[in-house]
Amino acid sequence: MAYIAGVGNTRYGVVEGSSTTSLMTDAAHAAIADAGLALRDIDGLLTGYSTTLPHIMLATVVSERLGIRPTYAHSMQAGGATGVAMVMLARLLVESGQCRAVLCVAGENRATGQSRDQSIQTLAQAGHPDYEVPYGATIPAYYGLLAARYMHQFGVTGLDLAELAVVMRAHATRHPDAHQRQPITVEQVMASKPIALPLRLLDCCPVSDGGIAAVITREPTGEAKVRIRGAGQAHLHQHISQARDWAAMGASESAARAFAEAGMAVTDMRYLAVYDSFTITLAMLLEEIGFVRRAGSGEAARAGRFGREGDLPLNLHGGLLSFGHCGVGGGFAHLVEAQRQLSGRAGDRQASNVPTAFVHGDGGVMSSHVSMILERV
Amino acid sequence: MSEPKPVVASSDPLARAWWAGVAEGRIGYQRCEACAAAQFYPRERCAACGSARLAIATSVGTGTIFSITVVHRPPSPALQAFAPYGIALVDLDEGVRLMAHADPGLAIGDRVRATFALFGDRTTPKFVRAG
Ligand SMILES: [Zn+2]
Repeated sequence: MAYIAGVGNTRYGVVEGSSTTSLMTDAAHAAIADAGLALRDIDGLLTGYSTTLPHIMLATVVSERLGIRPTYAHSMQAGGATGVAMVMLARLLVESGQCRAVLCVAGENRATGQSRDQSIQTLAQAGHPDYEVPYGATIPAYYGLLAARYMHQFGVTGLDLAELAVVMRAHATRHPDAHQRQPITVEQVMASKPIALPLRLLDCCPVSDGGIAAVITREPTGEAKVRIRGAGQAHLHQHISQARDWAAMGASESAARAFAEAGMAVTDMRYLAVYDSFTITLAMLLEEIGFVRRAGSGEAARAGRFGREGDLPLNLHGGLLSFGHCGVGGGFAHLVEAQRQLSGRAGDRQASNVPTAFVHGDGGVMSSHVSMILERV
Repeated sequence: MSEPKPVVASSDPLARAWWAGVAEGRIGYQRCEACAAAQFYPRERCAACGSARLAIATSVGTGTIFSITVVHRPPSPALQAFAPYGIALVDLDEGVRLMAHADPGLAIGDRVRATFALFGDRTTPKFVRAG
């Protein structure tokens, strides 16, 4: 058994005066307090990476900064899937008896710590340095290629994708810590400036500062009683030019492993926490895993199915598209919101009945997939 | 006058050789002599069977657009002069897929042929409508 005993986060967006370590420290303290624990109780620490603090040993940098001496610590890198991957490993560490309480923490001043061009160039390196980056490719360009093909193959429209941006923004208006809280319309998404067509500005997540953390324990220690019931991964390629089956990028394979371990199915999930770096990312993941039919994400959004009152409440914190993207912390926020929803602590955003949740992180360009099933105990 | 820049500053000799070919108007790929698989990008071993017996071949330069995006927001000010530019995944007739530049007016399924054009400080393959 492993529980997400406590969670915490800083505000996301432009946080003047913040640093990778300040954001991580603030989030870590909040999560440890939420778990009803003290710093000295943490004996494992996992962190991700930070493009504004590219240290080779970030986990011990953070441990020292916090003043803890873990018996197990290292950083991890699986792109946007890193947050869910850290929690998956933390679960193994507490279930095996290696650790009692593992702090998983992410944070980065990605918005204020570097120029926009620096950020775009650093992130573009997820592409192949020799066979993709030299063409002036960017992360939006890789996802633009995904979007063009997926729209062609399954009949998804720009309007369908725009609906997803609108829904994520509507959700973020209810979260005080979200980066983008001004409501938007489908017309505004369609009229926003072209970035890497068919993707436009409002199809893309913002670049944010932010920190977020969770504490994983063998038994619940705080108010929340949220158990990890299953997890799985799949890694089929790194570079988009090497992806083979565009209808099966690894998401369904990863999810199937998590569902098999949990003894549950797609239809058992009452809350969805699905990676959404771009509108197309969200559509592809929801459709490949099977929560909606192929090309059905837009109609589901229009029908209100992804809202607080819908049958598939989705990313009620606002997702990467509107809560914000600060690197590892971006995809981690989905999991943290799922824990709050499962424990009935999501305030204005709370969905009415959330006994189960599905979490999915995607790193690179549909490259690394990590899925997790959570349940309320 | 500044010194002429090297064609490419890669740490991978296979990539340096590939871009040297592009500078001379060739799109190279590998053909496995053990299992006959065609492979792009160039690797030390065949990713299908593991053999190290890989022959270098040159594509005739024709293929089909698998996907295409038009980049309006380049990664650096130096590339702004080229924007908007098309980046495509092209399925070459030899059975390999590569990323390359492409005419922004092209669509998925279009038949294309390779040309070569200067982009920033290097020559890159750029696909245009065939025929
Ligand atoms: Zn072979």
